[in-house]
Amino acid sequence: MSEDKNKNIQDINTPDDKFIHPENKPRTVISPEGEEIHIEPLRDYFLEKRPEVIQPKSDAVEKFLNWARAESIWVLGFGTGCGSIEIPPLMTPRFDAFRYGVQMRPTPRQSSAIIISGYLAIKTLKRVIRVYEQMPSPKYVLALGSCTINGGMYWDSYNTINRLDHYIPVDVYVAGCMPRPEALLAGFVQLKKKIKEGRAEGANEYAEKFDWYKGNQKKIINDWNMPDYNW
Amino acid sequence: MNDIIQDITTRFSVTDIINKRENLTFVTCRKENTISLITHLRDREKFTHLVLLTAVDWIEDNLFQLTYILNNPTKKIDIAIRTMIPRDNPVMESAHRLWEQVATYQRELKEMFGIEFPDSPRLNEPFILEGWNEIPPYRRDFDTKKYSTETYFPRIGRGTNDPEEYMKSKLYPNDPTK
Amino acid sequence: MDIINKLLFVLLGLFIILNFGLFMGVSMRKIVARVARRNGVPFYQPWLDLIKLYGTRDQISHGIMFYLGPVFRLSGGVGIFLFMPLIFGSQYFNNFSFAGDLVLILYFQFFGMLGMALGAGEGGHPYSAIGISRGLSQFTTIEVPMTLAVISLGIQYNTLSISEIVAAQQGGFQNWTVFTNPFATAAAMLSLLGAFGHSPFNLVKAPNEIPIGPPTEYHSTFLGVLQTNAAILHVIEAVLFMNLFFGGAVNWFELMLKSFLIYFWSVFVGVVFPRYRIEQSVQWFLKVPLLLGVIAIIIYM
Repeated sequence: MSEDKNKNIQDINTPDDKFIHPENKPRTVISPEGEEIHIEPLRDYFLEKRPEVIQPKSDAVEKFLNWARAESIWVLGFGTGCGSIEIPPLMTPRFDAFRYGVQMRPTPRQSSAIIISGYLAIKTLKRVIRVYEQMPSPKYVLALGSCTINGGMYWDSYNTINRLDHYIPVDVYVAGCMPRPEALLAGFVQLKKKIKEGRAEGANEYAEKFDWYKGNQKKIINDWNMPDYNW
Repeated sequence: MNDIIQDITTRFSVTDIINKRENLTFVTCRKENTISLITHLRDREKFTHLVLLTAVDWIEDNLFQLTYILNNPTKKIDIAIRTMIPRDNPVMESAHRLWEQVATYQRELKEMFGIEFPDSPRLNEPFILEGWNEIPPYRRDFDTKKYSTETYFPRIGRGTNDPEEYMKSKLYPNDPTK
Repeated sequence: MDIINKLLFVLLGLFIILNFGLFMGVSMRKIVARVARRNGVPFYQPWLDLIKLYGTRDQISHGIMFYLGPVFRLSGGVGIFLFMPLIFGSQYFNNFSFAGDLVLILYFQFFGMLGMALGAGEGGHPYSAIGISRGLSQFTTIEVPMTLAVISLGIQYNTLSISEIVAAQQGGFQNWTVFTNPFATAAAMLSLLGAFGHSPFNLVKAPNEIPIGPPTEYHSTFLGVLQTNAAILHVIEAVLFMNLFFGGAVNWFELMLKSFLIYFWSVFVGVVFPRYRIEQSVQWFLKVPLLLGVIAIIIYM
């Protein structure tokens, strides 16, 4: 990896000083031995490394793996906005998403897909970014409802984003306000088709256009107190 | 209900008494008297439950209106106390010593309207908005549409329809009278 | 030459056991789904899950113990397998069974759990730590009736070799331990419910408790190893109980049938009973199963 790729892009937009808790402000302290130490509590546990583009393996292997990935979609149990109420019925006898190989996982580390189920407030977007970056690649994003497409009924709100694809790469949109669970199932079928064709490379796209995504994210998240990439 | 109102009228000189329902009365009180009136209602008249605390922005009169709604669970009556505070210097005495949960309402009002409640716990912590740089968003001089357009990448080509006009044009395209 | 032949047959046995374990896991999920009137996952789902997990593109490390955790767990499962006689009387599928294998197997049961605890603790997630403390406290109490039952068997048959215990049960079902020593069997079968970790004793790893317990931070290949081990462990524990209490097996069909039924004893209980909290399950194991185990020992004293 070249030198400037390692460059910390926190410099694009440092968080406003007033949003950092006094305990977390960078400062110089004097140790019991009388030594002066400069500390930055916020950065202590940060791993400041950018995501990398991971090239797919050879065609036949990748096709086989993609088939397995498509048939075993592990969805993170994380709901935002009003659409989160549409996810639990998916697992009930009436809709039974298990038939399609869709299973819920409780932690981002073990899941390969995330459903953004509706409007995203700025506070939630921050959490979504953290969760999305923690998921292992390849990862897929399913955007549910009009709010993720153009803001929906909250298009002129001061606190909800309008277009999700400016902040994280989206694989499949399911339009509606709210879409019913059947529509969500159709979205899953669409996602499987996309994965099998090898077009669902959202994680690589995120790594390629990382600066653009980070710039957009930092434009609205003023109290940025997490690493630039949450490994 | 009526004797309570008469009592507090003489004691605290409340004005603008409006009977909304049989069991709900709105009164207006001066800023200095408000907390003592609420304390009196809570301790003497057994209005032990605070229903809500909210604010209204009267930008034309340069005033904020605070509304405390109190409930008496035994008599099943509500009383709403309105008080006006100046918009230029919005400071109100905190009521968190009467009910602890008022502190949360006051945090919200501080964030959404910028009303100060000195001594209220955790007042300056972010409640819903994290890292908000603008003027408080519930103030009426804050243009939320303009802010959204400038900040959140509006999707080009998004159209809106008035439902009534739209259905008329769909159902009766040739009859403008309907 | 003999040892190579033996190793090949051990690997073949491991392969069969692994696939049978995945199959048992998915049939359990199918049965739970049918009880809930769903169709449930397709039958090939666990194999696909494994391929997907091994094919995940990036891994995040939390240090050397984080790597070793799943490895310890897998060596615990494979260790039990290596010393377990599978088919009675077969010269190929007796693995490395020897005179004291029962003690070693009891040890390996705990070994995997401890390795897992070390690895998950290294993950640094607070939920892992809570999950481990829950898992270890539950597993310790599971071991108590189990050990008592095994001691009772040792006294009864005067041996600690599984092969000899199986040999002593041959000649008709009336010679099985389940009929000759019902108290020890009852204590062990109750502790088996906890060892398989289905409801009502699945608090440690249930996804809808604090997210998934010890493996919170495990992903991709690590999780794949853990799932592989779970499949092996489920079959091999059922085979252990089959050998100890249900007369062993003389062919693969008998082994599969019996271990399937033993496994489903815990699944059927799990479908019917809701989940215990950890302090409840600890108390539960220290009441009836412990008492049964003590009775089993007193009888043969």
